[in-house]
Amino acid sequence: MIDPASRTSSVSFAPAPGAAPLPRMVLAQAGMELRVLLRNGEQLLLTMVIPVLLLVGFSMTSLIDIGGGSRVDFLAPGVIALAVMSTAFTGQAIGTGFERRYGVLKRLGATPLSRFGLLGAKTLAVLAVQVVQITLLSAVALTLGWSPRGGLTGALACALVILLATAAFSSLALLMAGTLRAEATLAAANLVYVVLLGLGGVVFPIDRYPDAVRPFLEALPITALADGLRSVLTEGAGLPLAPLLVLAVWAVAGSLLASRLFRWE
Amino acid sequence: MDTAAVEVTDLVKSYGSTTAVAGLSFTAPRGAVTALLGPNGAGKTSTIEICEGFRQADSGTVRVLGLDPITDARALKPRVGVMLQAGGVPTGARAGEWLRLMAAFHADPLPPQELMERLGLVSVARTPFRRLSGGQQQRLSLAAAVIGRPELVFLDEPTAGLDPQARMATWELVTELRTAGVGVVLTTHYMEEAERLADRVVIIDHGRVVADGGTDELTGADQELRFRAAPGIDSASLLSALPAGCRVEEFPGGHYVVTCADPQALGPGLLATVTTWCAAQGILPEDLRVQRRSLEDVFLELTGRDLRES
Repeated sequence: MIDPASRTSSVSFAPAPGAAPLPRMVLAQAGMELRVLLRNGEQLLLTMVIPVLLLVGFSMTSLIDIGGGSRVDFLAPGVIALAVMSTAFTGQAIGTGFERRYGVLKRLGATPLSRFGLLGAKTLAVLAVQVVQITLLSAVALTLGWSPRGGLTGALACALVILLATAAFSSLALLMAGTLRAEATLAAANLVYVVLLGLGGVVFPIDRYPDAVRPFLEALPITALADGLRSVLTEGAGLPLAPLLVLAVWAVAGSLLASRLFRWE
Repeated sequence: MDTAAVEVTDLVKSYGSTTAVAGLSFTAPRGAVTALLGPNGAGKTSTIEICEGFRQADSGTVRVLGLDPITDARALKPRVGVMLQAGGVPTGARAGEWLRLMAAFHADPLPPQELMERLGLVSVARTPFRRLSGGQQQRLSLAAAVIGRPELVFLDEPTAGLDPQARMATWELVTELRTAGVGVVLTTHYMEEAERLADRVVIIDHGRVVADGGTDELTGADQELRFRAAPGIDSASLLSALPAGCRVEEFPGGHYVVTCADPQALGPGLLATVTTWCAAQGILPEDLRVQRRSLEDVFLELTGRDLRES
């Protein structure tokens, strides 16, 4: 197992300690997170394959009634919302839960990378995956005849909604991963994905639900994200204030709880 | 630079009603190997994890390179290397990329490629952590602990579960670290490991230090004569042939140990007496040797023979 010749190599262990600059540490960690995410088959199923299948499947068939209008124009923003949630919430909760379980967070805690740096790296990796997802889904949707409205200002408004939603979903992911056992996180995060896929206006229009439950559905972060994107991209509205407010409340509440309750081991 | 690498004073740590560490004190010098030796559950890992800043002590003080492991964590982390007992690497991360990541956290790291060559990890550089053998996982964790050129490394059971070859490679590395001036604090329950590697051994049991000193101090100058023969030889007859103050003990499997209160008594004369007696009885003493008391003897005397768990 060990090459005898290797023992004679001249590695000098003379102490020369020192931390690398923060940006280098954060970029290196983000690169690792990103590679692990993109290599994980189950994660890719949630983040890429299912959204694409939903987009293609429901655009090309009339399995669900979207209440008039172009099918792909309705579906594309919802599926993008699902993709954003799958990475920021589902993938991050499961990934971080197992990192905690296998002592990765503990080991990283013994390196010069600060917790703030680690959070920054995770955020960068999530945003990078989202860029890939949105590019892929947009390309598929455009091929299916999607004609998004809003132009450049619309795109900026969408970016703002997505960033705020990412903050909200990430804080909820870390809250779950930092408090539950890894297996419980795995089960709960997948359950939440499926439930919110059904309830949150992703592919089923929310006005099909009874009036009594609609206020609750509209308070969900996934509904706020999907509605926000849809109002800009499908209806050509300006900045979607109500969804932004909902997402901001989730982000603040989630961050406060996560920073209080997160356990590193 | 005149402070010790690690200075632990009256350390106490409990988990609920279980006391893991019960008033433990020891000092680990800089640039030397200190082994925390004890049976499983003795409090070794709790102690080392408090030194690493992972856990807060209930009471007592801990100084690592003269600093507090929790309040001075920022200053300490670049200077201290850590190897956890297990895990610590994402299951999907490849060996090489993990080591390069650890290197990227440091200003002047060792070249990852050379370190992998040194530890025989080149062939698995692209293998995910979960597919590495136990020994390869241990060596990767060891490599990650030293890649930042630290002044001090904490190794929690660095050779647990390794095959003899891999254990030897780890011992060589620890010896090299010491030669280069790196302080090493390791936990182990292998007596042989402590005896071979450590300048200083701290024997821990039930959360307390039961003995602490250089390996020579612990084993003392006491010699003993050992041999193997058929079980049930006439020990009383042998004893009567020996000088006053000597003892003969029989251990299972036909192991005999002769010790003498007067260290001078255990010399060439005694050896001749024993072999002559054996010859007269028609007994062939096998594996006959005069040796110093081993750390294992000291350890078992101090921690009790029933406590060996591995």
